[in-house]
Amino acid sequence: MRKKFLVAVTIAAISNINPVWADSEIEALRKQVEALKSDYEQRINALEQRLKQSEAKSQLAQQKVEQIADKVATNKISAAQQQNSFNPAISLTLDGRYADFDNDPDAYELPGFMLGNEAGLGEEGFSIGHTEIAISANVDNKFYGKATLAIHDHEGETETELEEAYIQTLGLGHGVTLKAGRFFSAIGYLNEQHEHAWDFADAPLIYRGLFGDQLRDDGLQVTYVAPTDTFMQIGTELLRGDRFPGGGDHDGVGAWTVFANIGGDIGIEHSWQLGLNHWRENDVDGRTSGAHSHDGGTAETPSFSGDSKISSLDLVYKWAPNGNPTSRNLKLQFEYFDRREDGSITMFNSGPPEEVSTYDGQQDGWYAQAVYQFKPHWRTGMRYDRLSSNNKGSHEDVLAEAGLDDEGHTPERYSAMLEWLPSEYSRIRLQFNRDNSYEDSDNQVFLQYTHSLGSHGSHQF
Amino acid sequence: MFIPIKKHLLLILIFLLCSASSHAKINVFACEPEWASLVQILAGDQVDIFSATTALQDPHHIQARPSLIAKARRADLLICTGAELEAGWLPLLLRKSANGNILPGQTGHFMASEHVLLLEKPKLLDRSQGDVHADGNPHIHLDPHRIMRIAEALSRTLSRVDPDNQAYYQNNWSSFKESWSQAIAKWEQLGQSLRGKQIVVNHNSWVYLEDWLKLERVATLEPKPGIAPSSTHLAQVLAELKDNQADMILYASYQNDKAVRWLEQKTHIPVVTLPFTVSTDETLFEWYESIIKQLLDSK
Repeated sequence: MRKKFLVAVTIAAISNINPVWADSEIEALRKQVEALKSDYEQRINALEQRLKQSEAKSQLAQQKVEQIADKVATNKISAAQQQNSFNPAISLTLDGRYADFDNDPDAYELPGFMLGNEAGLGEEGFSIGHTEIAISANVDNKFYGKATLAIHDHEGETETELEEAYIQTLGLGHGVTLKAGRFFSAIGYLNEQHEHAWDFADAPLIYRGLFGDQLRDDGLQVTYVAPTDTFMQIGTELLRGDRFPGGGDHDGVGAWTVFANIGGDIGIEHSWQLGLNHWRENDVDGRTSGAHSHDGGTAETPSFSGDSKISSLDLVYKWAPNGNPTSRNLKLQFEYFDRREDGSITMFNSGPPEEVSTYDGQQDGWYAQAVYQFKPHWRTGMRYDRLSSNNKGSHEDVLAEAGLDDEGHTPERYSAMLEWLPSEYSRIRLQFNRDNSYEDSDNQVFLQYTHSLGSHGSHQF
Repeated sequence: MFIPIKKHLLLILIFLLCSASSHAKINVFACEPEWASLVQILAGDQVDIFSATTALQDPHHIQARPSLIAKARRADLLICTGAELEAGWLPLLLRKSANGNILPGQTGHFMASEHVLLLEKPKLLDRSQGDVHADGNPHIHLDPHRIMRIAEALSRTLSRVDPDNQAYYQNNWSSFKESWSQAIAKWEQLGQSLRGKQIVVNHNSWVYLEDWLKLERVATLEPKPGIAPSSTHLAQVLAELKDNQADMILYASYQNDKAVRWLEQKTHIPVVTLPFTVSTDETLFEWYESIIKQLLDSK
């Protein structure tokens, strides 16, 4: 506008040179033209403005239509799903294997350790492993619940076992979680994981020797996660303590655990976790182990009573290029356990007089393993196990009969495996063990499938 | 001797507590970088943002690592894609972190996919069909119009999580709305020439981009979602492409490029390697910009 004014003034100034009589007329004409011009400009601007507004409005309307369409579509979906939308997540794990052993699996022993629970090599030939049915869901906004039924064959009979059944608080606040019911103890790294999540077909020897593969019990667990950048968790469990490796009939807290974990990332590609754990049962009353008979006579069953404590350390390290484990990744894992026991060993069905010995047990062991996914869907791994024991008592012969004498042997085992994982839900594994658990070395081969159906499982660290 | 030290400690502690509370920023846990970037735009310096994944990671397949549990433990707001994209690790993370603020149903639990319509909702839920997502294709961040709707909902959520700064969030949303609309208009203008281009993809991750820019997918290298390309399937794709030449092969930079390179060699169709999401040193705007640019350059 200002420019136009200046131009007008300049023109007016120049035209001043012209005769005066024409000046006013031309000036008037010019003014009229200017006025017309600005008027049209304004109108055009206004029209443009209105056009823009109506465009915006129609866009808005279009958006609203889309939104409504979305809502209709969403409603349709939810109506169709309503029938089973509140059903819990159900998953079924199918597991089976073909096993070949050089030695008789029934002759298996682990000198220096009293075997119990599920310890052993399992069947030779074709067999079904643990078929697991897990059902889980958020109960409401305060609780999560999960139950796992395990179906497996035991001495020719199909047994159904309630493996886990627990409730767990959700978002209690301040990093605290309570869990109650039957659950796998949080001590150790591998213990809390289900068998089908393990990287090898069998448990590490130290898990077999101390827990009979896995420690689980009925009770209460409290964990606390600290509000720190590095992961720090402490927890404790109050347990009934009747199950192996505990024993007896407790009407209060028979066993307890404490554990602490810290962990974090180093850069983008590396992550780690360290755990310290302790389990204690002060009043183990008659923990029995596998019976064995002498020349077809009545089976003698060794039994331990006294106090028992286990301390352990676990360390896990994982690597993946760019932190993306999909195509390649490496996992290193190490666990060490130490058990001290003080009490007595009694051989049931022996004598008379019944064979008894005092018992001062000291057992420890560790395993280290590396699993490498070298390309998508393919993993390979190696593991080494080693145990030792130094058990003492008043009657060495009784301890020997109970399997607590190490027979001058150091149990160890080398394992190697190769896995093919066509998808997240299926796995075929070939594993070879050179097992020196006892003095006769055994070569063991497993061909195993582990497939899961149903809801998507979670990938635990 | 002891008392003064204790006093000092107490004072320091009080100071730390006060300073902590006076600078109490909202902690945001984003499952994917695109949402971290969106929160950054909408909430600026009122938030501390952590992204659980990077542009080079596959959000389907990470683990509930200890570091993630620690971050989720302190989060005031969780923003993820949803639609089962994070099904393999998020439920576990939520349970392990014991943080009531970010559980489903809480204000601090924001699932982007719940605010937009999803494409490719499977009619048949059967795992023989590959890695299917019951709610539909979750890769919604490749459509800027959907981003707009998500941003609007997210801005409301931010106001509810942190009511003190409501005006600030609303302000940011308004300016984002304006600049994003302008950006969309510009991209759509540029993208005109891409309309109807025939593309071959590695995984069906580009559905929303195809829908937006009207690209036409003529072949997928994975026989089923999430299932690696087999040689028979690749041979079939190659045969189809002989009759019907495509304009480009698209694949995300975090994916395995073996099959893609094989096809490139056989057919000489140009391969376009697109970053699947925002990388650490760029914004949502810049990322879209780079995608459009790369698509245009490949022509």
